[in-house]
Amino acid sequence: MLKYAAKRIVLGLITVWFIASATFFGMHAVPGDPLTGDKALTPKIRANLEAKYGLDKPLATQYWIYLGNIAQGDFGISYTQENRRVNDIIREHFPVSATLGILAIVFAGVGGVLWGALTALYRNRWPDVAIMFLVILGISVPSFVMAAISQWSLVNLNQTAGGTVLPIGGWGSVWHMVTPALVLGLSTMAYLTRLMRSSMLEVVNTDYVRTARAKGVPATQIFSRHQLRNAILPVITVLGPAIAGITTGGFVVEIVFAIPGLGRYFVQAIQQLDYTVIMGTTVFYGAFLVFMVILVDLIYGLIDPRVRVDQ
Amino acid sequence: MIALHYAGSALSGTNLDVSGIDVKNNSVSIIIREEPPQLNSSRATDSISGMVLGHVMEGLVRMGLDDRLEGAVAKRWEVTPTHATFWLRKNAKWSDGKPVTAEDFVFAWQTALKPETASQYAFLLFAIKNAEAVNSGELNPSELGVNAPDPHTLVIELARPVPFFDKMLVFPTFLPIREDFYNATQGRYGADADQLLYNGPFQISRWIHGSSMTFERNPHFWNQDEIHLDTIHVPYITSDANASLNFFKDSKIATTGLQAENLTEAMRLGWQIRQHRDGVVFFMEFNHRPERVTGNLNFRRALQLVLDMDELVYKVTKLPGYEPGVSLFPGWLMGESDLLRKEYPPEKIRPNTAQAKEYLQRALQELGLSQTPTLVLLAGDNPISNIQSEWVQQTLKTELGIDVKIDKQIFKQRLAKMTSGDFDFVLAGWGPDYNDPLTFGDLFASWNKNNRGQYNSPELDGLIQTAQGQLDPGVRMRAFGDIQQHLIDRAVILPMYERGVTYVVDPRLKQLKRRVIGPDPDLSRAHIDAGGQ
Repeated sequence: MLKYAAKRIVLGLITVWFIASATFFGMHAVPGDPLTGDKALTPKIRANLEAKYGLDKPLATQYWIYLGNIAQGDFGISYTQENRRVNDIIREHFPVSATLGILAIVFAGVGGVLWGALTALYRNRWPDVAIMFLVILGISVPSFVMAAISQWSLVNLNQTAGGTVLPIGGWGSVWHMVTPALVLGLSTMAYLTRLMRSSMLEVVNTDYVRTARAKGVPATQIFSRHQLRNAILPVITVLGPAIAGITTGGFVVEIVFAIPGLGRYFVQAIQQLDYTVIMGTTVFYGAFLVFMVILVDLIYGLIDPRVRVDQ
Repeated sequence: MIALHYAGSALSGTNLDVSGIDVKNNSVSIIIREEPPQLNSSRATDSISGMVLGHVMEGLVRMGLDDRLEGAVAKRWEVTPTHATFWLRKNAKWSDGKPVTAEDFVFAWQTALKPETASQYAFLLFAIKNAEAVNSGELNPSELGVNAPDPHTLVIELARPVPFFDKMLVFPTFLPIREDFYNATQGRYGADADQLLYNGPFQISRWIHGSSMTFERNPHFWNQDEIHLDTIHVPYITSDANASLNFFKDSKIATTGLQAENLTEAMRLGWQIRQHRDGVVFFMEFNHRPERVTGNLNFRRALQLVLDMDELVYKVTKLPGYEPGVSLFPGWLMGESDLLRKEYPPEKIRPNTAQAKEYLQRALQELGLSQTPTLVLLAGDNPISNIQSEWVQQTLKTELGIDVKIDKQIFKQRLAKMTSGDFDFVLAGWGPDYNDPLTFGDLFASWNKNNRGQYNSPELDGLIQTAQGQLDPGVRMRAFGDIQQHLIDRAVILPMYERGVTYVVDPRLKQLKRRVIGPDPDLSRAHIDAGGQ
């Protein structure tokens, strides 16, 4: 187990290095640079700026300096938020995205598993049809539409109530998190519901379930011990990447609800060609994703003994 | 759960649950598009930082509510062809109670010019003697032509006569910085609320990055009589226009911009809709490099005669507050004694397809071509830009049979492609840096780096030199009139429109000032009228 974990971690590090290198060269291949602005710079001023940021050095030199710095965990200073270190940006804003993401995942995971199991139990009857209709809606309506609609509804709700029932945006208390977390988790929940439904349907007709039923095991016990536990495996598989996806993909939700998360820095940095923030957030998110995938593989073994690797 | 706890503690108290207008606490809340990127005035270039700095700092002069220049830290001043002298008021103070002195301006301007500061807007100071040499590191900052013979007199030696020197001082680059404080911040000047020393009507009392800001009245500000609000909150930072409108409806902010699609609703709700032109002019810029067909005058004239900007503004984009472009010089610029637009009205081009076809034939003959090659139209990647470029594409196809390929690029890539000349024509815009027609007028000078289409005309260069160097306002304004006519005659650019913004303000908030030059919006002189309608 330890050997397996070590191997996965080394492979993970290579993946992160590859992400860092690909981003670095891809970013420099794009026309323009962080110093490009609507007002052209005089050659002297441009030279001053290039010297300040080390952009006057050859690309290969910049690459090695850069790799050296991230190996020490230093992502440098942002070009657009000129007084802020990228490390500080990640440290201050990732917890916000992560909090929102975890809430969204809890919502998506619990909702997905329960709805999925329910639809499988009531297969082809009205609860199944109704839930699956909502699921299709959840998958196909993009999050920016969902975010806008829910914010608009909250405004109307507050106006009708004549006070603040739920805040329509901003960040600070749990109440600020509820709506954005629901919006953010919705499509993942819908996806998990579908996944859970099909995997549950496979399990419902297996021999061991039939045997258990023949032995007279109560239905609730069959459901929780035999069906749910076996059916949940595929859900765990996608949950890892989904956590990374949700905590990083909250850009739209963060913009609409004015939430100070990392997602918007991630997207804006690319639009503004803010080299250090692009690199910092990409490498950070890349490493986070790789870590989640490894974690899921290890958790797998705990849930399903057959997957345990050292046997 | 550890992560949850950590996140909670890291950001506890970020929530500013305040109203748009709080009569009891005499406070107002507004929204900003993004975190102010740079509050070190020697390096700030963007409008959001400019807006914040305009509330918490004060320069030698400022734009008054009547859009005229008025004394701020300076009581009075004098500009001659060789010198500018400013006499500072003795009661201007920093937020720690110490007086603002002429030395603070000397230090700030030297800092902005030092090569290691790497200020993008250092060029604004190039009117000062030795400024360029200091910026390139050839001279020591102490040799800059700015001196403080006594704490309340600032004498500036000019490198060349600059008739509008005082008007340039509105820009943040010219704000004072106190040396001892600046050095104590160890390179983090302006990075946090406590890393900035204030001399304006307000000071930043709280700044949570990317989340919220609070400005509180500065008790040491000299001109307390003009300041009425106690607090200005910025509880939300988001670029989403609909979210901003929702916060306004929810009474969380006191003013919001309106999109075209919100206008009907705003009217139904009985809101008083206001308009403001933000000063930016948009135009179609041609690539004048000789290898391009757009380098040919007759070819450009053909395009000039078929692209009807009235149609673009009123029938295609249909955005509120926009005005069809007729000149590089926007309508708000002042001339000698009245608006420049009134003193030198630009010639209006009437669409004429038959004549355009003649020009096109002549152009093709001159170029030795049998038919027009496909033109590359470089454009932004936003929805407005899409509509405009498709309109250009369709109009040129139906009127002149010219094929246009639209090259959509995000902002920085578009600029990079403009600079390298990888286009035939491009949808471009220009916003003013100071309140003089020259901020637009020298754009197509052969030496101007922003002249990315590389238009090169000795005649135009001569006119620009007149406008730059002459002190007589009459002579200068005539030169601007001639520049305007030259740009139209030679179809150097095709002015498309002047941009407008539509917005609403809570009726209880008075004297919220929208500006073209200087902080926008400016709430520094605003007040609350609880019974306001």
